[in-house]
Formats: sequence, structure tokens, C-alpha cells
Amino acid sequence: MKPNQNPANLILRNGRLIDPGRDLDLVGSVLIEDGKIVAVGAHIQIGAQRLAQLEQIDATGKWIVPGLIDMHVHLREPGEEYKETICSGTRAAVAGGFSSVACMPNTHPVNDCAAVTQFILKKAAEEGLCRVFPVGAISTGLEGKNLSGFAELQAAGAVAVSDDGRPVESSLLMRRALDYAKTFDLLVISHCEDLGLSSGGLMNEGPVSTRLGLRGIPGAAEEIMAARDILLAELSGARLHLAHISSAGSVALIREAKKRGVCVTAETAPHYFTLNQELLSTFNPVYKVNPPIRTAKDIEAVKAGLADGTIDAIASDHAPHSSVEKDIEFEYAANGMIGLESSLPLILGLVREGVLSPSQAIAKVSLNPARILSIPFGSITEGAPADLTVIDPQAEYRIDANTFESKSRNCPFHGMQVRGRAVLTLVDGKVAYTA
Amino acid sequence: MNFKRKDLLGIRELDVSEIEYILDLSRSFKEINERSIKKVPTLRGKTIIHLFYEPSTRTRTSFDIAAKRLSADTYSITASTSSAVKGETALDTMKNLEAMKPDVFVIRHSASGAPWQLAARTDVSVINAGDGMHEHPSQALLDMLTIMDKKKSLRGLNVLIVGDIFHSRVARSNIWGLTKMGANVVTCGPATLIPPDIDSMGAQISHRLDTCIPEADVIMVLRLQKERQQQMLLPSLREYSACYGINPQRLKKARKDVLIMHPGPINRGVEISPEVADGPFSVILDQVTNGVAVRMALLFLLGQRQDFF
Repeated sequence: MKPNQNPANLILRNGRLIDPGRDLDLVGSVLIEDGKIVAVGAHIQIGAQRLAQLEQIDATGKWIVPGLIDMHVHLREPGEEYKETICSGTRAAVAGGFSSVACMPNTHPVNDCAAVTQFILKKAAEEGLCRVFPVGAISTGLEGKNLSGFAELQAAGAVAVSDDGRPVESSLLMRRALDYAKTFDLLVISHCEDLGLSSGGLMNEGPVSTRLGLRGIPGAAEEIMAARDILLAELSGARLHLAHISSAGSVALIREAKKRGVCVTAETAPHYFTLNQELLSTFNPVYKVNPPIRTAKDIEAVKAGLADGTIDAIASDHAPHSSVEKDIEFEYAANGMIGLESSLPLILGLVREGVLSPSQAIAKVSLNPARILSIPFGSITEGAPADLTVIDPQAEYRIDANTFESKSRNCPFHGMQVRGRAVLTLVDGKVAYTA
Repeated sequence: MNFKRKDLLGIRELDVSEIEYILDLSRSFKEINERSIKKVPTLRGKTIIHLFYEPSTRTRTSFDIAAKRLSADTYSITASTSSAVKGETALDTMKNLEAMKPDVFVIRHSASGAPWQLAARTDVSVINAGDGMHEHPSQALLDMLTIMDKKKSLRGLNVLIVGDIFHSRVARSNIWGLTKMGANVVTCGPATLIPPDIDSMGAQISHRLDTCIPEADVIMVLRLQKERQQQMLLPSLREYSACYGINPQRLKKARKDVLIMHPGPINRGVEISPEVADGPFSVILDQVTNGVAVRMALLFLLGQRQDFF
């Protein structure tokens, strides 16, 4: 099967159906007719004549899950099309099993107005292979001075606001953003970083930064802002989501805030539960990311946060860069790593490790991000157009960034032996990807 | 032959026998520098390129003199004269120079790790002449040579490194080298200038200079850059000098055979008083003299490398 624009008519048979939204985990089938999910269950009654008109896919040993959602990616269009485009980025998404992505506003121009949001959605409709949910800017030009038009952004299709890539430095502006967002029940996504404290920092602060002579970024640079934004969310009552949580201290702060009833959610990225700062010893800029990869203790805390629900979602923070930004001195190289095509096997690794159940793991990239973003996806719903991902959890292979659909190659997992991949991604009732 | 490396990048990766071998070789080269005709034909026909992405007078001149005394042909490229000003990357510059078939690159770079990144991409030997806050191996070797000239052995010596440890590649390379060779290293300075977890490298930490001085066989004084004040690391140079400046008053409690060292360039009156810099304990200029011999040894080891295969 090739990606095609025709509504799918197919039956996925004998797969393991995992839908955390319906608390479903059983072996069964999904019937899709004219792109719509018609029936889901252990036993689907279907006449032989009707069956003959359907493509039948044997999903024995495979998982059938809601179309996966990556709530934090950078598609780089408009402005940096040499790194990624909406076309290439969504191609990478469906190859990784994702039927929806939320894209951050730090494009050129910044997505701080309806015109840019509309441009992204128009491009996505014309060239995209998955659903694209734009995130608008908190402040115009990401300058941290004036609020952008939240009403205008939301009306144009933005699902949240964030200055991601930069923190909102002023506590007053962050308070105003939360209060103003509450007016429209809009989600505010915070990039937690105290810029004064992290200034000049290149990696996590500690024995490795000292040994390598690279300026360190202490965990406190993230934690101070996480604490501030939790307090401001408590003050305003708005919905706050903390992006790319990387430190043990932040996990503890979020756990405590949730216990107190603060309306806060959080995400982490696969590199924060997979990669240790020791990897920086080679000075390979592929490992340079902000927030930085940290210690074994932080990795364990992030996993514990995922296991107990403190961290609601896993997002890749897919950040494409070309060799121009990456194949230079470590100190001068750009922050960021791509992740859309490597996330799923790393998340499945948490299942094998016993950190998450299969249902919990799938919820972190479907149900939970859908709820956080208030989008009507993330579950398998009869009558709705099919957004579905079929996963082969046993497929063993070596990650090869050279085969990626993404335009960029800054993947720190290149060469890693992993297990599990998407073999079929359906978006809006159409086959967007098959392995 | 105990030295089989393509590159000489850091002291951390060297083992004791390699360090001893380099120091032995350096001693044999010292004699050449005392002759009236200071040139041997050892590296005749070899090409050495000094690629300096950070200003340097002492180190570059020292490497250049060392290379010329071995009869190598040398070329110096600095950031301001290279195509870096036209936007060429260091990697591209190196690849272009590599195409001209040099035998050794001597690289200094303000970015930590840059010589490692570059060495991984060329078959040409690379000597790190100092990278960011990371390593400065030739400096540590010449420091060890200077101490051994006076103290015979490094084993059991108490070496006190005073000042801005945080920003110092000299301190880091010396901590690796001296502790490998059996010396005890104490780093001393205000907590703002001691990097986190420096003890994990094998050095002890102190903030009280006057209690450290009587124990020290060697006091290595580091340069304090005047910009540190603007970075909120220090209230004033005056307060720094009062707490951590090495002056004759403080040295009254020092051992009678203490050695005062400084990698240069010195800020007279800031981290070291003129009386101490020019005084009887100072071996600062011996360090500079030994620098040429150590760099001759390094260029010899790497410049002759291909001939052994």
C-alpha cells in the first residue's frame, strides 16, 4: 500500500487494540469504510460479500492505537525551509506514527497573528500528510514585551500560545498572558528557563561540564521558571502546560503542584529519559539541546514522573537544523535535535523497561496531548474519520537518520539498535504512511 | 617508543608512561636551545601549520620557534587573517589546508573541544594549543618539566593552584597531569571561580589561601581577567587581590623552597605582586624557556609519526 488520497476501505484484523480513552486493551479488529471507523471490537460481524470489497490487513502481533499526537514540534516553515517544511515535517510525522502535530511559533515570521496561522494551516491542507495544530506566540515577535492577539490566533486555528525557544522573562507579562488566555480558555505552554542563570550555558552543569570546560546550565535555571509559572497559574487559574521537562527538581515541583490542585500539565521528550550528559564528552553538537540532557538521576526522575502521571505527555521537540548550524564548533552550534522518526521506539522502550504499561505509553502520545490541547482526537471513535496507527512492537532495527523523511539529520539516536515502529498511519481516513 | 597517538589533544587521555616519555624527550631537546646554532634537521621537509582562532603571543611564538629549531616549515593562520572573517568555518579552513598536505596542525581555539572536533575529521596530526576552558596540554607539560627541574619528582608534592580555576584550561590540564604523576593538587579561590565538582577531577578545594600557603611546595598563580568583575563573579579587583593576591607578606609563611609559577600573561598587582613575580621563588621565565623544549618534543613525536609506519 502506498500513501494515497482515497478514503480507506479496510479491515485491520486480530491486532491488539489499545485505546486508553476507552480503557480498551484487547485483541480485535477495526473496520474502516470510506475513511470512517465503522466498527471496533473483538468480534466484528461482517458479511462475506462486504469483506471481499475491503482490503484486509492481518494485524496479528501488532498494536492498533489511536493516531499518535506529538504536541511539540518545529516545522520551520515559514522562514527556514532549508531545515524542514510543513510537507517534509509532516511526512516525518506519519513515518514515525504520528497523525497530528502541534507546531511551535518560532518561525520567520513568528506565528503571532492570524495571517501566519492561516498560512501554516493552508500549507498543511495542501501539502501536509498529517493534521497540523499551530501554536501561536505569547508575545509579538517572541520579544517578551506585548501580548499577541490571542483571540485572533485562536479564531484562525491556534490551539495554544507559547514563546517556546525563549522563556517569558517578565513575571508580569506571564501573569497577564495566563489571565488573558483564561478569557478564551486557551492553553499557555511555557518554556521554563531563567535566562540570566542559563546565560552562556552549553550543557548541564556538573562534573562533566567542569571536565569539558563547557559552561553549565544548572537544573535550577529550569526549576525556578517552572516554580514561578506554577505559582502564576495558581494565581490566575489558567491552564498551564510546561514544555520539555528535563530535571528531577522540575518533576518534583510539578508533582507537588498537581497534588495541590494547580491546573498544570507537563511533557518531556525522549532524549530526557534516554540520553545521559556523558555523551557530550565527544563534543558532538548533535547532543546539544536546550534544556540540556542531564544526569542518570534526572533520567530516573523523569521516568518516575511519567510512571506516576506527573508528566502527562511525551513530545519530541523535533527541532531540525542543517549542517550549517550543527557541523561547527560545539559552542557555536544550534540547540535542538529531531525526534519525529525516533520517538516511538524509545517510548516503547519504557514499556519493555516496565516504566509504563502499553496503555499508559500510548496515552502519553494520544489521549493526554489531545486533552491538553483540547482537540477531538487521541481515541478510536466509531463514526469519526480514521486517525489510527498500527505499530509493530517487535520490529528490531537500527535507527538510520539517512533514511528519514525529515530534511534534517540532527538525530542523536542515529545508529541506535531499537525495537518497535509504526507500520501504518491513517490520517483523516486516508493512508498517510505504510512501512 | 611509548607514544603512538595521531594527536596530542589533552592530558586527561595520557597515561603516566606517555607523560614521562614526553618529559624525558623534552629534557633532551633543552640542550639544543642552549647552543649557539639552535637548529637540528629532525623535521626538515615537514610542514607545520599553526591555526589560531584565539589571540596568543607566547604559545604561538613558542610553537613556531620549536618547529623552526627542528627545521620544519611553518605557517601561521590566525582568525583575523583567515577566511573566518569571510564566514568560512574552521572545518572548511582545515580541510583546505589539509589539501595542501601539511604534517601537523597546531590548533588553538576559544571554543572548548574544537581541536577534538577537528582532529576527528582529518588524518593530519593535531596538537591542541589550548581550547576554551578545557585543556592546554603543552602548558601542563612544561609546568611539570619546570617543577621536576627543581624538585626532582612530582610524587607527593603539594601543588596549590590559586585563582580563576573556573575559566582556566591551564588548571584543568595541570590537575590531570599532576595528579597522574602523584602530586596533591589543591585549588584555591573564591567559590564563584571554582567550577562545580572540580573534586571529581582529583583536586581538593579550599577558599582559605593563607592556610594553604604553608603546605605548598608549588604555588601556581592563574591570571585573573579583568572582565570577571562585570560577570558578577567578583565585587572588585581590590577585594580579589586582598583575599587571593600572592604578595611578599603572604609568602612569609611559605616554605623556603617554594616555587611560584604563572602561565602568563600576568596582571601585575592583581593576582601576583611585582615583587613576587620578579622575586627569588619565581620560575615564571623558566616555564617559558621549557615551553620551547616541550613543544619541540611534541612536534617531533607527531611530526615523525608517518615515518614509523
